[in-house]
Amino acid sequence: MSLIRSKALSFEYIRRDEEGNVEGITRAVDNVSLDVQQGDFVAILGHNGSGKSTLAKHINAILHPTEGTVWVDGMDTSDENNLWQVRQTAGMVFQNPDNQIIGQVVEEDVGFGPENLGVPTPEIWQRVEESLKAVGMSEYRNHSPNKLSGGQKQRVSIAGVIAMHPKCIILDEPTAMLDPSGRKEVIRAARALNDVEKITVILITHYMEEVIYAGKVLVMDKGHIKMQGSPREIFSRVEELKELRLAVPQVTLLAHELKKRGLPIPDGILTTYELTEALMKIKRTEG
Amino acid sequence: MIRDITLGQYYHADSVIHRLDPRTKLVGTFFFIIALFLVKNPLGYAVAAIYLALVIKLSTVPLRFMLRGMKAIVFLLLLTVGFNLFLTPGEPIWEWWKLSISAEGVRIAYTMAIRLSFLVIGSSIMTLTTTPNNLTDGLEKLLSPLKKIRIPVHEIAMMMSIALRFIPILLEETDKIMKAQMARGADFESGNIIKRTKALVPILVPLFISAFRRANDLAMAMEARCYKGGDGRTKMKPLKYAARDRLAYLAIFAMLAACIIVGRMI
Amino acid sequence: MSIIFNHVSKSYDADTQLKTDALKDVSFKIDDGEFVGLIGHTGSGKSTLVQHMNGLLKPTSGEIYVDGKDIADKEYSLKDLRGKVGLVFQYPEHQLFETTVFEDVCYGPKNLGLEKKEVELRAYEALKQVGIEDDYFYQSPFDLSGGQKRRAAIAGVLAMKPEVLILDEPTAGLDPKGREEILELVSRLHRENNITVILVSHSMDDVADYADRILVMDHGKLVYDDTVHEVFKHVKELEEMGLAIPQVTYMMYDIAAKGVDVSTDITTIDEAVEEIMKVWSK
Repeated sequence: MSLIRSKALSFEYIRRDEEGNVEGITRAVDNVSLDVQQGDFVAILGHNGSGKSTLAKHINAILHPTEGTVWVDGMDTSDENNLWQVRQTAGMVFQNPDNQIIGQVVEEDVGFGPENLGVPTPEIWQRVEESLKAVGMSEYRNHSPNKLSGGQKQRVSIAGVIAMHPKCIILDEPTAMLDPSGRKEVIRAARALNDVEKITVILITHYMEEVIYAGKVLVMDKGHIKMQGSPREIFSRVEELKELRLAVPQVTLLAHELKKRGLPIPDGILTTYELTEALMKIKRTEG
Repeated sequence: MIRDITLGQYYHADSVIHRLDPRTKLVGTFFFIIALFLVKNPLGYAVAAIYLALVIKLSTVPLRFMLRGMKAIVFLLLLTVGFNLFLTPGEPIWEWWKLSISAEGVRIAYTMAIRLSFLVIGSSIMTLTTTPNNLTDGLEKLLSPLKKIRIPVHEIAMMMSIALRFIPILLEETDKIMKAQMARGADFESGNIIKRTKALVPILVPLFISAFRRANDLAMAMEARCYKGGDGRTKMKPLKYAARDRLAYLAIFAMLAACIIVGRMI
Repeated sequence: MSIIFNHVSKSYDADTQLKTDALKDVSFKIDDGEFVGLIGHTGSGKSTLVQHMNGLLKPTSGEIYVDGKDIADKEYSLKDLRGKVGLVFQYPEHQLFETTVFEDVCYGPKNLGLEKKEVELRAYEALKQVGIEDDYFYQSPFDLSGGQKRRAAIAGVLAMKPEVLILDEPTAGLDPKGREEILELVSRLHRENNITVILVSHSMDDVADYADRILVMDHGKLVYDDTVHEVFKHVKELEEMGLAIPQVTYMMYDIAAKGVDVSTDITTIDEAVEEIMKVWSK
């Protein structure tokens, strides 16, 4: 069943100068059709200004399409009556770890969503417990968010969304402001949600190495979907990716270069393990 | 350094005072202050002192944390005592040059000193044993009858708790912006008042912009988590009075009664 | 211009139980014209370290010499120091405050007490250096794009004509294109203007491509101070500190572990391509 679907979605906003005169109209998302199935792990790659975050904000009904329609679990997001139901179905985690934690204690922040939904108190506790466990933050439940690292804060934010029991979670550049170990923590948590809790995950990022675990990758540029396919299909199109100035992981680039120099290496290498195996295979057949 | 300032100065421990309902503590503090102002003789202050000492003992918060709050008002305390001591008219008991002290002055000065320091210690017991969040919850609940006259009690409480969450973040940010401008040669320490005020612009502008950006982000995040005001919300930690709160109320009223009887009638 | 740290330590809340050691007995020397990468996990003390270099923080013990002079000296002018050692903070665009880009860049040189003409000349040069077009000079800095804002903020420090440029995580939060632009800019400033560069980062890849020498910080201590190749030999130790070496270096270690005789002393893709081709075409 398709959980999130958009048809010919376009979003425009009007730029104004200081006096409020219209300077121009920007089409941030242009004619995008999307279909995400229940249980998918979809990654959306692109630069700042490629329209990927604008697209994400439509799924959570923070923005409404200028043209076209977005459906979340069959609900039209433009319909005011669906607003809260849509937001509960598709939860969202944002970029800045500091600006989305409301509670002064970790567990209270995780309880914030269920409180808003009017969940009875004993069930809130149960949900908080489960959600913190799902992101591996149980031992920090009584900490102040200010004392946590960036990666830990983002995991708390993810727990805050899971506690609302969504069908889908949208991560809008959750790692952009984190250091490498924080990035790993968050990606690991997102994968666990998809694998273990079977929650649909939409991950928006500009780091290519974060999308290798996704089932499907969309590459956005200037409001369009430029490429889509499995990570392997996307990673085999190195020249195109370079043209979009996306940071292709070193190992993929290395494999690409070696192939150009004549070594028989398969397309779309994702990990160092794969490349090592491919090289060893060549050695074995030669030896 | 700015970021060393801790707000709300909560001292974590697991005492009976810590476990009291925040409403009890708010009401208790309120009545304690009233009692202080009703008392008229030294015996009454002795009753208040015994009560205070008992509560401090029960709270298990080290005394020096209580006295830390006093540091902030030392100047105010000295000023009040000084004014009352020298400026209260009456029969002088001591004179030197143009200064004179009257018996009345001495009496007022020491009552003021006792009242002020008891007041500060009394309220710091409340803030030391209650998390800021708990305190806002208590206030919200206590003031909830005001909702009937359309005072947005929930919203005010929410604003307070968000402010408490963001104050440390903004303080740290101020520190960072200050340093960054100093790295660009800014000087906040020399010059006259006008020059110094002007020098603050490069700190305040970025700080306001950042505060607005954060507010914007936070509002979006709250909406995304289905926040739609106080109606229909449940509470993760609803406030509930326990047996100990009833006992505490009893103690509070006993203290009030004792202060009035001993402090005014004897 | 050289910077020497002699047994520098820094602790906060020294006389309380909350005592934290941000720097522990750090000594090193940075020479004129070097490109140094300073690496460490968040909280390793690298930001604290660079804030000592221009006198924003004062060491609890130890001395810092810039150009041979002790900067703790009463005679020493901190204003001159901040003109000579430019520090670009993390997310520097958050410090923009003037009504126009140009005026904002003028703030630094103006604080140095230079004449108006000189101030404007420097601002103009700095904006050109970071590649901001004339069209943007009189716009509000808040209307620029993310990458432009950051470059404008860097220009604000460059306009002070520092001899040493320290950048604290200059690529944080930028997308790959913005990241590349900033790193290219820094490398060009180093090459063409012969500025000494200290690049603070938690990304080994960024540093490996540009720096000649790497300082590694961990828990307030300076753990390694060596060439890129030497430092990356400590794969295990770096990993334990939460630092990842470049993917290609890992790759070479993996291959070597399979019993193939390849050099593991490799930090860039080009080096890896050459080495693999050499071994595999035998």
